Amino acid sequence: MRSIILILLATVMPAGAVVASGGGAHLDHAAVDIENRSSLQRGAKYFFNYCISCHSANFSRYNRIATDLGLSDLQVEDNFIFTDSTIRDHMTVAMRPKDAKEWFGTAPPDLTLSARAKGADWLYTYLRSFYLDDTRPFGVNNLVLENAAMPHVLWELQGLQKLSHREAEAPAEGGHGEQGHGSGAPVLELVQPGTMSPDQYDRAVLDLVNFMVYLSEPAQVVRKQIGVWVLSFLLLLFVVTYLLKKEYWKDIH
Amino acid sequence: MGRMLTGLLGWVDARFPLSKLWNEHLAEYYAPKNFNFWYFFGSLALLVLVIQIVTGIFLTMHYKPDAELAFGSVEYIMRDVDWGWLIRYMHSTGASAFFIIVYLHMFRGLLYGSYKKPRELIWLFGMVIYLALMAEAFMGYLLPWGQMSFWGAQVIVNLFGAIPGFGHDLALWLRGDFVISDATLNRFFALHVIAVPLVLVFLVIAHIMALHEVGSNNPDGVEIKKKKGEDGIPLDGIPFHPYYTVKDIVGVVVFLFVFALVMFFIPQMGGYFLEHANFIPADPLTTPEHIAPVWYFTPFYTVLRAVPDPFGGVVAMGLAVAILFVLPWIDRNPIKSVRYRSVLHKINLIVFALVFIILGVLGTKPATPELGEMAVRFSEVYFLFFVSLWFSSAKRSAKLGIVTTIVLLGIVTIYDLTRVSAENQPLVFSGWFIPAAYIVVMFLLPVFTNLDEEKVVPERVTS
Repeated sequence: MRSIILILLATVMPAGAVVASGGGAHLDHAAVDIENRSSLQRGAKYFFNYCISCHSANFSRYNRIATDLGLSDLQVEDNFIFTDSTIRDHMTVAMRPKDAKEWFGTAPPDLTLSARAKGADWLYTYLRSFYLDDTRPFGVNNLVLENAAMPHVLWELQGLQKLSHREAEAPAEGGHGEQGHGSGAPVLELVQPGTMSPDQYDRAVLDLVNFMVYLSEPAQVVRKQIGVWVLSFLLLLFVVTYLLKKEYWKDIH
Repeated sequence: MGRMLTGLLGWVDARFPLSKLWNEHLAEYYAPKNFNFWYFFGSLALLVLVIQIVTGIFLTMHYKPDAELAFGSVEYIMRDVDWGWLIRYMHSTGASAFFIIVYLHMFRGLLYGSYKKPRELIWLFGMVIYLALMAEAFMGYLLPWGQMSFWGAQVIVNLFGAIPGFGHDLALWLRGDFVISDATLNRFFALHVIAVPLVLVFLVIAHIMALHEVGSNNPDGVEIKKKKGEDGIPLDGIPFHPYYTVKDIVGVVVFLFVFALVMFFIPQMGGYFLEHANFIPADPLTTPEHIAPVWYFTPFYTVLRAVPDPFGGVVAMGLAVAILFVLPWIDRNPIKSVRYRSVLHKINLIVFALVFIILGVLGTKPATPELGEMAVRFSEVYFLFFVSLWFSSAKRSAKLGIVTTIVLLGIVTIYDLTRVSAENQPLVFSGWFIPAAYIVVMFLLPVFTNLDEEKVVPERVTS
């Protein structure tokens, strides 16, 4: 009987809740707000300073970022374009995929759609879960994506973390990686502070993830705005069509 | 002005049966006056077909059916084409909406026996439409050329490869290559944008022509043509236009509200309408962790996975679809509407709907031993449903009820004995009770209780 209940319960769980995450680590919730323009602008700053030198965002154009984030073309050209691209170009990367494969073992993935493929929570947790690991080529490993090929690009901001495993029944402590309560749950501990406090770093990563969520679907703000109008119109139309139907049908008994 | 238009109409009518068509199919097509909620989905299906064709035309203006360019061209539509995101979301949401509507439309047929004499051909045309729709959706899903597009197509084309003898060659012929590739994308594009839609439109016309020839069924399952007034018009019939046109418009507005709600606010529908992995370009060298077909195929996908042998699975899945074709000849009960069928039949339809949904949910999940066992059990109930439909076609003797129960329990048990092992023994044992309970309720209860008692069908429709 218990197994029947268990299997019935398993059916009810939504499949959509499980975004392909890999590793199965607990993901922290990223409270993104893509209508927060200053957060998007800060996120863009981190994105163009730290990500775009290795990762492309091939499907997005610089001037779209400018328009959507309320920046002038000149601001974007001066602050975000480090290659000989023009403002109308796609956000490509100068690194050749073949070189990238040689340097990192795998070509860094395009980031345009990563927020839609992986989910904001995954990105938010991933970027905060690097820890020291001498066995890896770049000296760091990641809790969310085991044996990630990526170096900890943001280490100057965050500092460096060490992985330890929580003793059974140890009291839950602050910091990242409150992954579980049982024995052996992984805990990340800051061993060398960066230029940001842990709180500041979390906010910076949230801004960056926020920007990546925007980048994955630039139309989403306008989409929701229009949606409200369309739904309101349909509500009105419903009243009119319903009354029309009633009027016609009053002689049908 | 009015006289000019009348004159023009006369001119056209002398050359083309415009007024005749209008009258036959709308103004003088007498539909039963008692249509309920379930009767909205026919016209809605037509609406979604139009939405898909029109948005599809606009999408082809920017889409590139080329393995190198396809993924990027979809993102180009989403970002650089004016209102491209809207057109694309209409099309992707429309695909899922189409299946939701068609499933409800088919369930309506089941509820009110709409496939029974003289409407068997309407049902058959409808089933072919459903098959064409599955082909259309499957080939359309390859076009964005994401990871799920690629691997989903890989899995489904490989099903054909499981057919002994010519299966391998057939899969090769379908793909046009040894793997899913540019050649496959090109031919799927051709089939998706012209071949199948053309067939669909003709089938829909045939479906409606057959319907208008015999007249619509209704929630009471009463033939309104049997009781006609002196003017030859069915007493319980009302002209489709204007009565059902104004009523269907209300249905259209309500549908569009739900449609817009999804399209503007949750176009991915939590990964069900647009799967997460499909935002990664197709990569033949990296298999996604979990390949799941889009939700509307998952009930049949579960039946496929319930059988360990690949070819056996394909046969089971094919049967699960094919058996629907012969529904009019399985359910021979003269009472059409569920309203006058037995309590047991009412329960049976609810159970069938639930089983279909459970099979669908199972198909979206990775196969674990527990879920795999559930897949087997609910697939069994899916097929047993059709046996019980046949069984409840008439008042059966106690002897037949007992014999059928024993035979069906025997088949289920013998199948279990062929697959039971030390590891899965507790699971198989507890799972056995699912089909067993269904068999006892549907075949034994009619013998010992009066749950199979049917009601008298009224002469005329109830309002």
